[in-house]
Amino acid sequence: MSTSFGSRRIVVGAHYGLRDWMAQRATSMLMAIFTVVVVAQVLFGGPLDYYRWAAIFSAQWMKVLTFVVIVSLMVHVWVGMRDIWMDYVKPVVARLALDVATIVWLVGCAGWAIQVLWRL
Amino acid sequence: MTTSLKEQPLKRRPVYRNIHISQIISYRLPPAGWASILHRVSGALMFLLLPFVIWMFDTSLSSEVSFDQFRSVFVAGALGLPGVIWKLVAFALIWAFLYHFCAGLRHLWMDLTHSVDLKFGRISALAAIGVSAVVALALGFKLFF
Repeated sequence: MSTSFGSRRIVVGAHYGLRDWMAQRATSMLMAIFTVVVVAQVLFGGPLDYYRWAAIFSAQWMKVLTFVVIVSLMVHVWVGMRDIWMDYVKPVVARLALDVATIVWLVGCAGWAIQVLWRL
Repeated sequence: MTTSLKEQPLKRRPVYRNIHISQIISYRLPPAGWASILHRVSGALMFLLLPFVIWMFDTSLSSEVSFDQFRSVFVAGALGLPGVIWKLVAFALIWAFLYHFCAGLRHLWMDLTHSVDLKFGRISALAAIGVSAVVALALGFKLFF
Protein backbone atom coordinates (compact mmCIF):
# COMPACT_ATOMS: atom_id res chain seq x y z
CA MET A 1 0.00 0.00 0.00
CA SER A 2 2.98 2.30 0.50
CA THR A 3 3.41 2.75 -3.26
CA SER A 4 -0.19 3.56 -4.19
CA PHE A 5 0.16 7.34 -4.12
CA GLY A 6 1.81 10.00 -6.27
CA SER A 7 2.72 8.78 -9.72
CA ARG A 8 1.91 5.23 -8.62
CA ARG A 9 -1.60 6.13 -7.53
CA ILE A 10 -4.16 3.53 -8.66
CA VAL A 11 -6.90 5.38 -10.51
CA VAL A 12 -10.07 3.80 -9.20
CA GLY A 13 -13.37 4.96 -7.79
CA ALA A 14 -13.99 7.21 -4.83
CA HIS A 15 -17.06 5.50 -3.35
CA TYR A 16 -19.37 6.95 -5.99
CA GLY A 17 -20.47 3.49 -7.15
CA LEU A 18 -23.75 3.36 -5.23
CA ARG A 19 -24.65 6.94 -6.13
CA ASP A 20 -24.06 6.29 -9.85
CA TRP A 21 -25.97 3.00 -9.66
CA MET A 22 -28.94 4.81 -8.09
CA ALA A 23 -28.68 7.63 -10.65
CA GLN A 24 -28.74 5.11 -13.49
CA ARG A 25 -31.88 3.43 -12.09
CA ALA A 26 -33.69 6.70 -11.34
CA THR A 27 -32.94 8.18 -14.78
CA SER A 28 -33.98 4.92 -16.47
CA MET A 29 -37.39 5.09 -14.78
CA LEU A 30 -37.86 8.72 -15.89
CA MET A 31 -36.98 7.80 -19.48
CA ALA A 32 -39.29 4.77 -19.39
CA ILE A 33 -42.18 7.00 -18.21
CA PHE A 34 -41.34 9.51 -20.96
CA THR A 35 -41.40 6.70 -23.54
CA VAL A 36 -44.86 5.59 -22.42
CA VAL A 37 -46.12 9.21 -22.44
CA VAL A 38 -44.83 9.87 -25.99
CA VAL A 39 -46.04 6.53 -27.39
CA ALA A 40 -49.49 7.04 -25.84
CA GLN A 41 -49.79 10.49 -27.43
CA VAL A 42 -48.59 9.19 -30.81
CA LEU A 43 -50.94 6.20 -30.83
CA PHE A 44 -54.10 7.99 -29.65
CA GLY A 45 -55.32 11.10 -31.42
CA GLY A 46 -55.71 10.36 -35.10
CA PRO A 47 -53.28 10.27 -38.02
CA LEU A 48 -49.82 11.61 -37.25
CA ASP A 49 -48.81 14.61 -39.38
CA TYR A 50 -46.35 17.40 -38.67
CA TYR A 51 -48.84 19.53 -36.74
CA ARG A 52 -49.89 16.79 -34.34
CA TRP A 53 -46.27 15.70 -33.83
CA ALA A 54 -45.13 19.27 -33.11
CA ALA A 55 -48.15 19.90 -30.86
CA ILE A 56 -47.12 16.97 -28.64
CA PHE A 57 -43.84 18.70 -27.80
CA SER A 58 -45.15 22.27 -27.67
CA ALA A 59 -47.22 21.72 -24.51
CA GLN A 60 -45.40 23.34 -21.59
CA TRP A 61 -45.58 20.27 -19.32
CA MET A 62 -44.20 18.14 -22.16
CA LYS A 63 -41.33 20.60 -22.67
CA VAL A 64 -40.44 20.40 -18.98
CA LEU A 65 -40.68 16.58 -19.01
CA THR A 66 -38.57 16.38 -22.19
CA PHE A 67 -35.97 18.71 -20.66
CA VAL A 68 -35.75 16.50 -17.57
CA VAL A 69 -35.41 13.45 -19.81
CA ILE A 70 -32.60 15.04 -21.87
CA VAL A 71 -30.65 15.72 -18.65
CA SER A 72 -31.48 12.23 -17.36
CA LEU A 73 -30.29 10.68 -20.61
CA MET A 74 -26.93 12.41 -20.34
CA VAL A 75 -26.41 11.26 -16.73
CA HIS A 76 -27.52 7.71 -17.65
CA VAL A 77 -25.27 7.51 -20.72
CA TRP A 78 -22.34 8.96 -18.78
CA VAL A 79 -22.58 6.19 -16.15
CA GLY A 80 -22.93 3.51 -18.84
CA MET A 81 -20.14 4.71 -21.09
CA ARG A 82 -17.80 5.20 -18.14
CA ASP A 83 -18.49 1.59 -17.16
CA ILE A 84 -17.58 0.48 -20.69
CA TRP A 85 -14.30 2.46 -20.69
CA MET A 86 -13.43 1.17 -17.20
CA ASP A 87 -13.98 -2.44 -18.30
CA TYR A 88 -12.18 -2.43 -21.64
CA VAL A 89 -9.65 0.40 -21.60
CA LYS A 90 -6.89 -0.17 -19.08
CA PRO A 91 -4.25 2.53 -19.82
CA VAL A 92 -5.17 5.49 -17.63
CA VAL A 93 -4.27 8.13 -20.25
CA ALA A 94 -6.49 6.52 -22.92
CA ARG A 95 -9.31 6.04 -20.42
CA LEU A 96 -9.24 9.67 -19.28
CA ALA A 97 -9.13 10.85 -22.91
CA LEU A 98 -12.20 8.74 -23.70
CA ASP A 99 -13.94 10.01 -20.53
CA VAL A 100 -13.34 13.61 -21.62
CA ALA A 101 -14.44 12.86 -25.19
CA THR A 102 -17.62 11.24 -23.82
CA ILE A 103 -18.42 14.30 -21.71
CA VAL A 104 -17.83 16.65 -24.69
CA TRP A 105 -20.02 14.44 -26.91
CA LEU A 106 -22.83 14.27 -24.34
CA VAL A 107 -22.83 17.95 -23.35
CA GLY A 108 -22.78 18.91 -27.03
CA CYS A 109 -25.71 16.63 -27.80
CA ALA A 110 -27.63 17.87 -24.73
CA GLY A 111 -27.10 21.52 -25.78
CA TRP A 112 -28.39 20.79 -29.29
CA ALA A 113 -31.43 18.88 -28.02
CA ILE A 114 -32.34 21.60 -25.51
CA GLN A 115 -31.95 24.28 -28.20
CA VAL A 116 -34.38 22.36 -30.44
CA LEU A 117 -36.83 21.97 -27.57
CA TRP A 118 -36.77 25.59 -26.46
CA ARG A 119 -37.38 27.22 -29.82
CA LEU A 120 -40.54 25.20 -30.48
CA MET B 1 -5.80 -42.84 9.98
CA THR B 2 -5.68 -39.17 9.28
CA THR B 3 -4.58 -37.66 6.02
CA SER B 4 -2.98 -34.27 6.03
CA LEU B 5 -3.83 -31.72 3.39
CA LYS B 6 -0.48 -32.32 1.74
CA GLU B 7 -1.22 -35.99 1.03
CA GLN B 8 -4.60 -35.41 -0.61
CA PRO B 9 -4.51 -35.46 -4.40
CA LEU B 10 -5.04 -32.03 -5.95
CA LYS B 11 -8.60 -31.75 -7.17
CA ARG B 12 -8.91 -30.22 -10.60
CA ARG B 13 -11.13 -27.19 -10.16
CA PRO B 14 -12.63 -25.15 -12.98
CA VAL B 15 -10.84 -21.91 -13.66
CA TYR B 16 -12.77 -18.84 -14.77
CA ARG B 17 -10.82 -16.12 -16.49
CA ASN B 18 -11.71 -13.07 -18.50
CA ILE B 19 -12.18 -14.24 -22.06
CA HIS B 20 -9.88 -12.87 -24.70
CA ILE B 21 -11.25 -11.00 -27.70
CA SER B 22 -10.16 -13.89 -29.98
CA GLN B 23 -12.34 -16.32 -28.01
CA ILE B 24 -15.54 -14.33 -28.41
CA ILE B 25 -16.87 -16.37 -31.34
CA SER B 26 -16.17 -19.81 -29.85
CA TYR B 27 -17.30 -18.92 -26.31
CA ARG B 28 -20.75 -20.25 -25.50
CA LEU B 29 -22.65 -17.69 -23.47
CA PRO B 30 -25.77 -18.55 -21.44
CA PRO B 31 -28.91 -16.45 -22.22
CA ALA B 32 -28.21 -14.12 -19.28
CA GLY B 33 -24.74 -13.54 -20.73
CA TRP B 34 -26.27 -12.61 -24.08
CA ALA B 35 -28.72 -10.31 -22.33
CA SER B 36 -25.83 -8.60 -20.58
CA ILE B 37 -23.57 -8.05 -23.58
CA LEU B 38 -26.48 -7.01 -25.82
CA HIS B 39 -27.53 -4.45 -23.19
CA ARG B 40 -24.05 -3.00 -23.45
CA VAL B 41 -23.87 -3.18 -27.27
CA SER B 42 -27.30 -1.56 -27.70
CA GLY B 43 -26.36 1.20 -25.26
CA ALA B 44 -23.06 1.92 -27.00
CA LEU B 45 -24.81 1.94 -30.39
CA MET B 46 -27.33 4.53 -29.20
CA PHE B 47 -24.50 6.60 -27.70
CA LEU B 48 -22.74 6.68 -31.09
CA LEU B 49 -25.97 7.44 -32.96
CA LEU B 50 -27.05 10.18 -30.52
CA PRO B 51 -26.37 13.02 -33.04
CA PHE B 52 -28.57 11.19 -35.57
CA VAL B 53 -31.35 10.91 -32.97
CA ILE B 54 -31.15 14.63 -32.16
CA TRP B 55 -31.02 15.44 -35.89
CA MET B 56 -34.30 13.50 -36.27
CA PHE B 57 -35.74 15.31 -33.23
CA ASP B 58 -34.65 18.66 -34.76
CA THR B 59 -35.83 18.22 -38.36
CA SER B 60 -39.07 16.42 -37.53
CA LEU B 61 -40.14 19.17 -35.09
CA SER B 62 -38.69 22.50 -36.24
CA SER B 63 -40.97 23.31 -39.18
CA GLU B 64 -43.20 21.82 -41.83
CA VAL B 65 -40.40 22.27 -44.38
CA SER B 66 -37.82 20.49 -42.21
CA PHE B 67 -40.40 17.76 -41.50
CA ASP B 68 -40.56 17.09 -45.26
CA GLN B 69 -36.74 17.05 -45.41
CA PHE B 70 -36.78 14.55 -42.53
CA ARG B 71 -39.13 12.28 -44.46
CA SER B 72 -37.22 12.58 -47.74
CA VAL B 73 -33.95 11.38 -46.16
CA PHE B 74 -35.53 7.95 -45.66
CA VAL B 75 -36.83 7.86 -49.24
CA ALA B 76 -34.42 9.81 -51.44
CA GLY B 77 -31.38 9.43 -49.18
CA ALA B 78 -28.79 11.93 -47.89
CA LEU B 79 -25.01 12.41 -47.67
CA GLY B 80 -24.54 10.18 -50.73
CA LEU B 81 -26.31 7.25 -49.07
CA PRO B 82 -29.63 5.89 -50.37
CA GLY B 83 -32.79 6.09 -48.26
CA VAL B 84 -32.78 2.38 -47.50
CA ILE B 85 -29.45 2.73 -45.65
CA TRP B 86 -30.97 5.44 -43.44
CA LYS B 87 -33.95 3.18 -42.86
CA LEU B 88 -31.53 0.45 -41.75
CA VAL B 89 -29.87 2.90 -39.35
CA ALA B 90 -33.30 3.82 -37.99
CA PHE B 91 -34.13 0.12 -37.66
CA ALA B 92 -30.90 -0.49 -35.73
CA LEU B 93 -31.89 2.35 -33.40
CA ILE B 94 -35.40 0.93 -32.98
CA TRP B 95 -34.02 -2.48 -32.03
CA ALA B 96 -31.34 -0.99 -29.74
CA PHE B 97 -33.91 1.15 -27.92
CA LEU B 98 -36.45 -1.66 -27.53
CA TYR B 99 -33.86 -4.16 -26.37
CA HIS B 100 -32.21 -1.69 -23.96
CA PHE B 101 -35.69 -0.82 -22.62
CA CYS B 102 -36.64 -4.49 -22.03
CA ALA B 103 -33.27 -5.40 -20.52
CA GLY B 104 -33.49 -2.29 -18.32
CA LEU B 105 -36.94 -3.32 -17.04
CA ARG B 106 -35.45 -6.75 -16.29
CA HIS B 107 -32.73 -5.09 -14.20
CA LEU B 108 -35.20 -2.88 -12.35
CA TRP B 109 -37.42 -5.89 -11.63
CA MET B 110 -34.44 -7.86 -10.30
CA ASP B 111 -33.38 -4.92 -8.13
CA LEU B 112 -36.86 -4.37 -6.72
CA THR B 113 -37.79 -8.02 -6.05
CA HIS B 114 -34.33 -9.57 -5.52
CA SER B 115 -35.20 -12.13 -8.23
CA VAL B 116 -31.66 -13.29 -8.78
CA ASP B 117 -31.92 -17.07 -9.12
CA LEU B 118 -30.65 -18.87 -12.23
CA LYS B 119 -34.08 -19.81 -13.52
CA PHE B 120 -35.44 -16.26 -13.44
CA GLY B 121 -32.23 -14.90 -14.93
CA ARG B 122 -32.51 -17.33 -17.83
CA ILE B 123 -36.22 -16.89 -18.54
CA SER B 124 -36.19 -13.10 -18.21
CA ALA B 125 -33.12 -12.86 -20.46
CA LEU B 126 -34.86 -14.86 -23.18
CA ALA B 127 -38.04 -12.80 -22.68
CA ALA B 128 -36.18 -9.49 -23.05
CA ILE B 129 -34.41 -10.66 -26.22
CA GLY B 130 -37.58 -12.22 -27.66
CA VAL B 131 -40.09 -9.45 -26.87
CA SER B 132 -37.79 -6.71 -28.17
CA ALA B 133 -37.07 -8.70 -31.35
CA VAL B 134 -40.77 -9.24 -32.07
CA VAL B 135 -41.70 -5.57 -31.53
CA ALA B 136 -38.64 -4.41 -33.49
CA LEU B 137 -39.56 -6.67 -36.42
CA ALA B 138 -43.15 -5.39 -36.37
CA LEU B 139 -41.98 -1.76 -36.42
CA GLY B 140 -39.34 -2.63 -39.01
CA PHE B 141 -42.05 -4.09 -41.22
CA LYS B 142 -43.97 -0.81 -40.91
CA LEU B 143 -40.78 1.14 -41.67
CA PHE B 144 -39.81 -0.79 -44.82
CA PHE B 145 -43.16 -1.84 -46.35
